[in-house]
Amino acid sequence: MSRRFSGQSAVTALAGRATEASATASELTTAAGTVWRRSLKVRVVSSTVALSSTVVLVLGMVLQAQLAQRLIENKTQAALLQADNSRVLVESELGSVDPTSASLGARLTTAIDRLTNPDPTGSGPATANAGAFEPVLVDGGGPSGEAGTGQKIGPLDDVPAVLQSAVERGALAHKITTVPRGSAAVTMLVVGMPVASAGRTMQLYLLFPLTAEQRTLTLVQSTLVVGGVVLLILIAGIASLVTRQVVVPIRQAAEVAERFADGHLDERMPVVGEDDIARLGTSFNEMAASIQRQIRQLEEFGELQRGFTSDVSHELRTPLTTVRMAADLLYDSRDKLHPVLHRPTELLVRELDRFELLLADLLEISRVDAGVAELHLEPVDVRTTVAAAVASVRAVADRTGTQLELKQPDEEVEAEIDPRRVERIVRNLLTNAFDHGEGRPVQMTVAADDHAVAVLVRDHGVGLQSGQQELVFNRFWRGDPSRDRRTGGTGLGLSISLEDARLHGGWLQAWGRPGQGSAFRLTLPRRHGDELTSSPLPLTPDIPLRSAPASDSAAVDPVVAAHALVDPEPVDPKVSDPEVADPAAADTAVPAEPGRS
Amino acid sequence: MCNATMVGMAARVLVVEDDPAAAEMLSIALRQAGFETAVVSEGPKAMPAMRELKPDLVLLDLMLPGMSGIDVCRAIRAESGVPIVMLTAKSDTVDVVLGLESGADDYMIKPPKTQELVARLRARLRRIDPEPAERLTIGDLTIDVPGHQVSRDETPISLTPLEFDLLVALARKPRQVFTREVLLEQVWGYQHAADTRLVNVHVQRLRSKIERDPEHPEVVLTVRGVGYKAGPS
Repeated sequence: MSRRFSGQSAVTALAGRATEASATASELTTAAGTVWRRSLKVRVVSSTVALSSTVVLVLGMVLQAQLAQRLIENKTQAALLQADNSRVLVESELGSVDPTSASLGARLTTAIDRLTNPDPTGSGPATANAGAFEPVLVDGGGPSGEAGTGQKIGPLDDVPAVLQSAVERGALAHKITTVPRGSAAVTMLVVGMPVASAGRTMQLYLLFPLTAEQRTLTLVQSTLVVGGVVLLILIAGIASLVTRQVVVPIRQAAEVAERFADGHLDERMPVVGEDDIARLGTSFNEMAASIQRQIRQLEEFGELQRGFTSDVSHELRTPLTTVRMAADLLYDSRDKLHPVLHRPTELLVRELDRFELLLADLLEISRVDAGVAELHLEPVDVRTTVAAAVASVRAVADRTGTQLELKQPDEEVEAEIDPRRVERIVRNLLTNAFDHGEGRPVQMTVAADDHAVAVLVRDHGVGLQSGQQELVFNRFWRGDPSRDRRTGGTGLGLSISLEDARLHGGWLQAWGRPGQGSAFRLTLPRRHGDELTSSPLPLTPDIPLRSAPASDSAAVDPVVAAHALVDPEPVDPKVSDPEVADPAAADTAVPAEPGRS
Repeated sequence: MCNATMVGMAARVLVVEDDPAAAEMLSIALRQAGFETAVVSEGPKAMPAMRELKPDLVLLDLMLPGMSGIDVCRAIRAESGVPIVMLTAKSDTVDVVLGLESGADDYMIKPPKTQELVARLRARLRRIDPEPAERLTIGDLTIDVPGHQVSRDETPISLTPLEFDLLVALARKPRQVFTREVLLEQVWGYQHAADTRLVNVHVQRLRSKIERDPEHPEVVLTVRGVGYKAGPS
């Protein structure tokens, strides 16, 4: 049992190792894939080597085949020549032999001996340079059909039967065959021919071993392989070098481009020579110069804009000082003026206020547009900022007869904000609510979670038409031109507030329905730089459908409740859950309500 | 300087303003409010006029021909602690802070409302009522309130009236944390919340004079997210 267990565990271990190995392999594959994708050099060298190896392989094979064919041809020619000589020799030896003589065997042997050991005096038949051979002589029998003696000398078994039958039919033939010699097999060229002698048909076979040719071929083969490999290595090296020549400048160009993109606008590519790389460098440098020029120009425009803003500011404000103070003086002493002038004096002072506000807002907007608006962050209790905003709009609330209900946490709500800007946002939202709230109470709620702090301002005035949620933040947009404007706002307040919120990385969103009032929600990250994902407060109020007003501590205006009661339409779920909306899209407004206009 | 607010004596205001119409109108409005005024229209003439007239307050336009208001402000501060109220067309933080750092006590953005301007000027002229023989300590400093004297180890430290008032306000209630808004009301005389940068800049300036190491204040401490308080004495 224990053996089996150990066997099993061994299997498990093996499987584990296999898994590991496959994991390593897949890692390697991934790494190789990365290198392949990243490195142009690797790709070029690999493809070059792959293609070259195919070419070298084909070339080598053709070469080898050609060589082999030529070798065989030469050998065959030489062999045939040799065979011819041998036939002559054998015929002359056996010409006088009596076919029936018993000495035939001996004569045959002599003939063979003469073949293999040519006449040392050199008077014998010319020997062809076909190398060594083994002769076979067969007595094929008499012409009259009598059976041959069947005498044979030499290894006739090594002569292929096809050749034998061809030669027996009286043809000169040759064939390459493999015969066993000792333990090894030897390839041989066998040439066979009929030999005419005194009416007997005899066949002479010469077996030429092809060992030398084979050796030559093997040598050629190995030379070809070694040469091919060396050639491939050289090609790889050359490809690598050539690619380097191209890739190095390209890599340099990429580095330069990266540095350029990082803001080092003075980066340029070195241009050497007049080749394509140099042209690339020249074009790149031209492009860089052009971009740099345009960026400089834009910067100059920005500077110009900033300077213009400041100039307009000074140039308009100094005469405005005179006018302002003169108007104040007139207003203060209007009792001494003719009664007809009382109202004009009042109007003068009031419109000067508006003019100033408009000027201030225009400057702020142009600052934002010029990108020079600065954020002065400090950790503050948002409740303090809200309180300051509330204090500054008390006069407007009193004038419009609006009551403000403030709901905020008891504990400190610290956030990293620019208090001036946030106070301005809240002030704008409140002024806006008072302005459009028809004198009905306005609720402001402050809430916070770990990441964000939100201020929601809710009025119960005319509300917003469908699609107006986005328009309210447009510059100089007026909800209803026919309505009187109590505060005489500049029409830039909400645009500036939106920009202020954006500077903080926060959201300013609007919700509204005709007759049900509107809600504006400011959401700011508690730590600057944090990305907002949700708001601690829902933007859309919890409007009851057919039931009694919600028991939320924020008082529900009876008029709104009445509206809700007669409202036959269910609340759009999209609107009731603004958190579902894409935060980016919700930057300006929640999804518009369809079919409500 | 206290005599300026005494009954029957009009406070003298030096108006440094290059625009003749604005300068004239400012003079008219200030005279109407009971101040005596003198007008200087160029920066370089401000210092001689200062020395000659010894005004109780300087109303300074920041953009002046010849010499910028900032430089005038520094020149005045080098010689005197006279209250300076800047009148500036630029409301950018960098401009405001630069003006305040060069020594101005308060600033107003053009165009100022006459009432508010007068209220600010009066607030600058009004001093904290000294109690007889009041001596305070804050950190390792001693304040002789009626004598307008601040000293460390018997070495007097020179402060402008505004800096002195700021320090006294903090020293009088050593355990209280003052929000910037409260300080604006008590020291600058603002009726409602205004620009808290005023407080920040003046606290920095005060620290640079009274702290051993302004980077690590021991006399005027910052309470993060709230405001300032007096250091333990």
